[in-house]
Amino acid sequence: MIVELGHFAAIAALVLALALGGVGFLSVRDAAWRSAVESLAMVQFAAVAAAFAVLVYAFLSNDFSVGYVARNSNTALPWHYRLSATWGGHEGSFLFSTLVMAGWTLAVSLAGRHLPQRLHGATLGTLGLLNFGFLLFLLSTSTPFARLVGGPPDGADLNPLLQDRGLLVHPPLLYIGYFGFAVPFAFAVAGLWSGRLDADWARRTRPWANAVWAFLTVGIALGSWWAYYELGWGGWWFWDPVENASFMPWLAGTALVHSLAVTDKRGAFKSWTVFLAIAAFSLSLLGVFIVRSGVITSVHAFASDPERGLFILWLLVLAIGGALTLYGLRAPAVRSRAEHRGLSREFMLLANNLFLVLALAVVLTGTLFPLAYEALSGGEKMSVGPPYFNKAFVPVALVLAVFLAAAPITRWKRTPLKLFRNAAVFGAAAFAIGVPLPLVLAGRLEIGAALAVALGLWITGVLAMDAYRRRGSMTRSYLGMVLAHFGFAVTVVGVGITSAFSQSLDARLAPGESVALGGVTYRFEELTREQGPNYTADVGRFVTDTGLVLRAEKRYYAASPEQAMTEAGIAPGFTRDLFVALGEPIGDGSWGVRINDKPLVRWIWLGAFLMAFGGLLAITDRRYRRVRRPAAEQAAPKPGAPLAQPQASS
Amino acid sequence: MTVGRLKLFVPLGAFVLLAGILYLGFSLRDPNLLPSALLDKPFPAFDLPLLGGGARITESALAGEVRLVNVWATWCPTCLAEHGMLKTIREREGLSIIGINYKDDSRDAQAWLGRHGDPYDFNVVDADGDLGVELGVYGAPETFLVDAEGVIRYKRVGDVNPRIWREELAPALAALGR
Repeated sequence: MIVELGHFAAIAALVLALALGGVGFLSVRDAAWRSAVESLAMVQFAAVAAAFAVLVYAFLSNDFSVGYVARNSNTALPWHYRLSATWGGHEGSFLFSTLVMAGWTLAVSLAGRHLPQRLHGATLGTLGLLNFGFLLFLLSTSTPFARLVGGPPDGADLNPLLQDRGLLVHPPLLYIGYFGFAVPFAFAVAGLWSGRLDADWARRTRPWANAVWAFLTVGIALGSWWAYYELGWGGWWFWDPVENASFMPWLAGTALVHSLAVTDKRGAFKSWTVFLAIAAFSLSLLGVFIVRSGVITSVHAFASDPERGLFILWLLVLAIGGALTLYGLRAPAVRSRAEHRGLSREFMLLANNLFLVLALAVVLTGTLFPLAYEALSGGEKMSVGPPYFNKAFVPVALVLAVFLAAAPITRWKRTPLKLFRNAAVFGAAAFAIGVPLPLVLAGRLEIGAALAVALGLWITGVLAMDAYRRRGSMTRSYLGMVLAHFGFAVTVVGVGITSAFSQSLDARLAPGESVALGGVTYRFEELTREQGPNYTADVGRFVTDTGLVLRAEKRYYAASPEQAMTEAGIAPGFTRDLFVALGEPIGDGSWGVRINDKPLVRWIWLGAFLMAFGGLLAITDRRYRRVRRPAAEQAAPKPGAPLAQPQASS
Repeated sequence: MTVGRLKLFVPLGAFVLLAGILYLGFSLRDPNLLPSALLDKPFPAFDLPLLGGGARITESALAGEVRLVNVWATWCPTCLAEHGMLKTIREREGLSIIGINYKDDSRDAQAWLGRHGDPYDFNVVDADGDLGVELGVYGAPETFLVDAEGVIRYKRVGDVNPRIWREELAPALAALGR
């Protein structure tokens, strides 16, 4: 019964979302609807939240009469995995994405009380329509509430790959960022709709873009971390189509965050900024299509269904096509007026955008090329692997890093030459120290690592110099920028060093035997068999001569005996990770064992967290809280005040 | 309309093109079926080195027995996921499995087999992906069923799992009288 209530709540949400869309756009011209818009946003969120809560309850109470629960859970599964199983399959994860969309809609409604009427109505209206599209997709092709007649008494089980603590946080954060790009998208549509794309529009959009971007950054970093320890062999990025699907909106979003700065501070790049806001969410939707239509196979891919793919394609065409048509009709036509000269900050941000978009093009091409080739050649197939991505992406990222290094010292309009001299001096010093540093520490010249360290030092040095010069007058948005750029430097160094100096060794070891790698000796102490809640495991205990204990497991889940899961034993460290993974038993008691020594691998994720933190810090800057209401809006009712004044009864 | 205004429609044009490609790619695609161009055709000719040393192998090595040909790589997590199933098929069904190590580092590949077990009769090294292009390999893993005459009878894009075995591969094998 309660499951049917959940289904009903989702249907109610669908109707409310459509109403929000209609009333939102209606309120653009008639402010009397404003409070109705705010109520609808709230009630719609409550309805989706109720539907989601019901599904969570079905999982926690092992209600296997629900098909989705029966397929993705098991009575032996610990409760926290039953919770994360809610978003472990297609239907539930899509329900979760509608919750995320409704949540952002509510957030805009609550935090956007000071938005000018036209922007308020059209933004929430657009979000309402997007919510409607998502819910329609959910209910018509992917409902998680369908009952199952004669379901298995104990449930199938959650895919063993997904039985991991990381899955409690990685998908939710990723989704919050990923679908959050609906907010800048809605602001862009609203700006175009109302014909008001100015610095004020940009200032109101910026905090949202920052917040969404920060969530996506953390989500992607957690995903990379999960792949690192759960896929069991020490890689941290695979250029898998689904990884690319989340990376592309991130690249567009990064460009957007920077372009918004120019529009906010200088009133320039308006059309470009709006385009990026539309593009970021379009890439999110494209990712949904890639992941859920079955056009591309990947570890992350959900069970595919042609009906779903076609539906998402329609959603894509209506949302993106509609927004881009509006863009063509209403975006301010570009007039080339030189408002800045030479290497101004505007120029640097333009370069930043150029290279981010180039990087995006590289990833997009690699992801879609196989599909395009197949479509155009009438069924011939073609494949693109990591070699292409690494070759094409890394050079673009390095050029981007060069611009990033010099960027903080630039000024709007024009930059005094003296400042560039300083940056160049720092650059020379960074290369003089950075290039030989990995050579000295590792005894081997690796050009990629040397470049990464030099660029990292350069970025950090210039940031430190600029921050020192501004001490005493630092705003939070400036501090946020410094942190985020420093985070980028940390990630670059981490990627460069890990890629160049990781060592790995495959050995055949019996308990009692030892092997050495990178100056550390690993002793295979013992192998024991352990019983988990829904699996049995071979557990190898390894002890290093430095006193670390590593516990590498091989798990065999009752529900999928063919698929043995490797749980690597990792001794994490700031300067390096030691990593032991059990392979297969070879006979005579010995095992195939892979040992990885991964220097600075943690810096990759640490940097990402710094970037996200910087983005969030910038939002708390005072300038976004100062409410500047344009004169034309002064006549509109005060935010929060009742719209229709009640008859005075006193 | 001015030129400046027309330029603003460029993104829409690009999107329409992209949507068209997506639609074509989507409607043409049936992930479990081989494009008709290769189904029931002989396995494409190749001349590639054997993984682990020396000899070169050509397509003639496939004939004589019904076999699975599995395209895999160490950079492919799904390959690792299906590896257990391949071993099960080799052990339980006694079916011959040939590996194509696709766009990979041969030393990594050998180490990987040492670590995870080796269900393959032998592996050929397709380091540049040339054979992959001939086969229309979309991404690893892919698995082909080749009959005793060296003719492709079935293709699977993505992992071979118990369900695929039960519902598709086993019936396809039965149809070949095996």
